[in-house]
Amino acid sequence: MKSWILLGAMVASTVLGDLLQSVEMKRHGEIKEFHPHGIARVLGVLARNKFLILAIFFMAISFFAFMTLLESTDLSFAVPASAATLVFETILAKVLLKEQVDFRRWVGACLVAFGVVLLAK
Amino acid sequence: MHSERLRWKTRVFAIIVILSNALGNFALAYGMRGRTTSTVFDYLRVIFTPWVAIGITLLILWLLSRMALMSWADLSYVLPVTSLGYVANAVMGRLFLNEVITPARWAGTLLIVAGTMMVGIGSPHSKGDA
Repeated sequence: MKSWILLGAMVASTVLGDLLQSVEMKRHGEIKEFHPHGIARVLGVLARNKFLILAIFFMAISFFAFMTLLESTDLSFAVPASAATLVFETILAKVLLKEQVDFRRWVGACLVAFGVVLLAK
Repeated sequence: MHSERLRWKTRVFAIIVILSNALGNFALAYGMRGRTTSTVFDYLRVIFTPWVAIGITLLILWLLSRMALMSWADLSYVLPVTSLGYVANAVMGRLFLNEVITPARWAGTLLIVAGTMMVGIGSPHSKGDA
């Protein structure tokens, strides 16, 4: 029971963190500078973004739930089971972020979801 | 030309995301095995043990590279493509942590690979210049 509660907390916080991250990274725009000075500048800009900070907060909750989950379950269960987020995120990417999820992506995401269900058995 | 450069950049970052996730999770699982953390102090103590620290470092690399990838690629592209990491984690669990992987789990692995390939051969953009 504890494992499922941890998994639920991990999935919910990952979905929230990913959505916020995607919205804010798109708003920031494509990252083109990968030299140390450029990376430091980008990190400085991103560190002042309150929604990204909130995204990282959700990811931290997800991480500690995952860490605790690993104490008692297999890596080959914990990691695939976390992909339950994929189904929610693909739907929310379409509904909230207005991304055009074409037929091939839907089929691919469904296959991944079915695969994850089998992996978790 | 710009589109081709973006395609390569996307592939390179997808590989970094997948590898850092798989290796980071493995190190974390190895370090957390058999432990019991119940207080904040337990977590603080365990964070500084070598395997967990390596795991966290790699997962920070994973987070940053994934954030960079998301700055130009759709969430609905990034998520399924990087889900190859799930397969890598299952394989590492089997090989290095002696976990038992049932036929159903291997079948799931193949489905994930198939789904990932279907998504990966598409464009990382749903709108814009790709």
